[in-house]
Amino acid sequence: MKEQDIILKAENISKQYRLGLVGTGTISHDLNRWWSQIRGKGDPYLKVGETNDRSSKGNSQYVWALKDINFEVKRGEVLGIIGKNGAGKSTLLKILSKVTGPTTGEIKTKGRIASLLEVGTGFHGEMTGRENVYLNGAILGMTKKEIKTKISEIIEFSGCERYIDTPVKRYSSGMKVRLAFAVAAFLEPEILVVDEVLAVGDAEFQKKAIGKMQDISSGEGRTVLFVSHNMASVEKLCTRGILLVNGSIAFEGNVEDTISYYRKQVSTDINKFGFSNRDRAGKEVSFTDFNILNQRNEITERILIDESTKFQIKVESKVDIKITTRITVFDQNETRIFAFDSKNTSTYFNIEKGENTLECLLPNGLEIKPGEYYINISIRSLDKLLDHIVKVSEIIIEPTDYFNSGRLVTSDIPLVLKKNQWIFSN
Amino acid sequence: MSKAKTSQDWLYTISPKKKAIDLNFKEIWRYRDLLFLFVKRDVITQYKQTILGPLWYFIQPLFTSVIFTLIFNNLAAIPTGEGIPAFLFNLAGITSWNYFSACLTGTSNTFTANQGIFGKVYFPRVITPLSVVFSNLLKFGIQLLVFICFYIYFVFFTDKASNAVPQIAILYLPILIAFMGLFGLGFGMTISSMTTKYRDLSFLVGFGVQLLMYGSAVMYPLSYFKEKVPEYAWLVEYNPMTTIIELFRYMTLGIGEFSLSKFLYAGSVSIVFFLVGLIIFNKTEKTFIDTV
Repeated sequence: MKEQDIILKAENISKQYRLGLVGTGTISHDLNRWWSQIRGKGDPYLKVGETNDRSSKGNSQYVWALKDINFEVKRGEVLGIIGKNGAGKSTLLKILSKVTGPTTGEIKTKGRIASLLEVGTGFHGEMTGRENVYLNGAILGMTKKEIKTKISEIIEFSGCERYIDTPVKRYSSGMKVRLAFAVAAFLEPEILVVDEVLAVGDAEFQKKAIGKMQDISSGEGRTVLFVSHNMASVEKLCTRGILLVNGSIAFEGNVEDTISYYRKQVSTDINKFGFSNRDRAGKEVSFTDFNILNQRNEITERILIDESTKFQIKVESKVDIKITTRITVFDQNETRIFAFDSKNTSTYFNIEKGENTLECLLPNGLEIKPGEYYINISIRSLDKLLDHIVKVSEIIIEPTDYFNSGRLVTSDIPLVLKKNQWIFSN
Repeated sequence: MSKAKTSQDWLYTISPKKKAIDLNFKEIWRYRDLLFLFVKRDVITQYKQTILGPLWYFIQPLFTSVIFTLIFNNLAAIPTGEGIPAFLFNLAGITSWNYFSACLTGTSNTFTANQGIFGKVYFPRVITPLSVVFSNLLKFGIQLLVFICFYIYFVFFTDKASNAVPQIAILYLPILIAFMGLFGLGFGMTISSMTTKYRDLSFLVGFGVQLLMYGSAVMYPLSYFKEKVPEYAWLVEYNPMTTIIELFRYMTLGIGEFSLSKFLYAGSVSIVFFLVGLIIFNKTEKTFIDTV
């Protein structure tokens, strides 16, 4: 494959949206726009507009969902587009799939683009599975002949043989998704644009779908642009990544670097969000600080698998009160792994007016596989929740020679580690 | 190897530039199967889970004709011409009016009704209104068959239809039908484009079509209207649908008169409406998803 074999090129793509209601103001703006067009001037509303930061309030009614996006995609490449909610990922996909046009800039391509922003677009409940395969396939850009040659494969892939001549409205939602994805999986465009459609269906089907996506990109050399929140599938599928932040490209590079950059960015967000950005005034009891301490009592985010770990919580109180606290550890997929609740050990703290420090000690560490995890904290009095912070901190578990085997444990192990002994008894 | 080639040969470009007419016929042709499948979907799903099924195609025009005959001809005594059964007269008007109004109302909500699909996948948007026109053509064909059956009944089994004679101009009928379709399509596409931003129009379509029917000589001959209400006759006369329906009745029943100028008038108005609709539709389809 040649290095310069670029199949898609985006140049200065920007997209402006109007905030608020489309209503009475719209017609006056339209007339204004039309009037300046007649006088040969540009669109007066294009000059205004702010970057797309969802959380801070802006002054303009117009906002740039995307601003000056430039990138190139090579043939056969699988490009992952990641970013937080509202960073502009879906807008970019919509422009790529021609659902909406850009406000400025252009995208040039050398191949047909098929987009998969949703599975089962245009499914009609009254028609049978087979009829819907034809209809959906045609909507996605296949010809009837193409579908005819593939229909038996599609039906087989979906695993819905038995119901194929039954109206789709009688299907379970899972079956609908399977059938719809099966159609999409047999699309053969040069460029495939995929939104988070893999997040549907059961685990077995997801595995099948990801496998099929991998076949499409690696086996058949097709170019794929993939948007997802699921870093595991992005890491698995993609070769290169783009990170969007507030409508611009913040990072571009190989997929591992992009993901780690993104995670760093998310973790800096965490601290900002935890203590400073929240309106914490007026609470009787509130958190003021949270730290993770290692064996040597140093504040850190990085802890070895079995290193003695201490969580330190600082609480500011306006009254003397009896409380319990809880620390919850989550993985990247927001699965709860541990909950350390002082209530479980019947530990009640009689905190006093002013600052109090509470500590939770894990002498043997967390003993979970290396990776990144998040921590939530909360305090309760005997009858109500006093304060809580979601994702107060990140904790990175680092590999160590856990089993005393002379080797580091890799990350390719189950979640929970347990020391064990093997005995040969005959 | 092909450095020059890779930097030049772009297959297509996505850009904000809007040409007035940006119709890619090659692309539409590539999606012809989709057009066919949309038509098929419309036809097979319309009367699913009904007892009478496709019989509804017949019931609606027949009952309307019966009511019209009772009210306008028996009660209000509107003459339909010597030797022309009033029922047949009304059926002719309703059959042709129905096709136009079905095309108009069916296409007038293209964008709002399909925003689910349009927001997720690209295909030439014009396929959707076209499919409405084609599936209604099928319905029109069935209703035309009903008309022919009653025609045969009246001519051969009664003596009321002594003057109902098809004219040689009936050869133009396919063109006339095309005019009806184009007129309804163009009108509908214009409305559908405008309703993406301003929903007011969708309210207008509902009763507007009904009002327009009274102004389109469906249940009375134009000549009778001219005779009774001469000061407002121009309103009805310049309505292209009046011309189309009058021509339809002339071709099939031999009432009224045929003039090439009328035919050309109806034709040019239809084509102009179609082109205007197409341009507006094309302008809208690129960004409607942001405003709908």
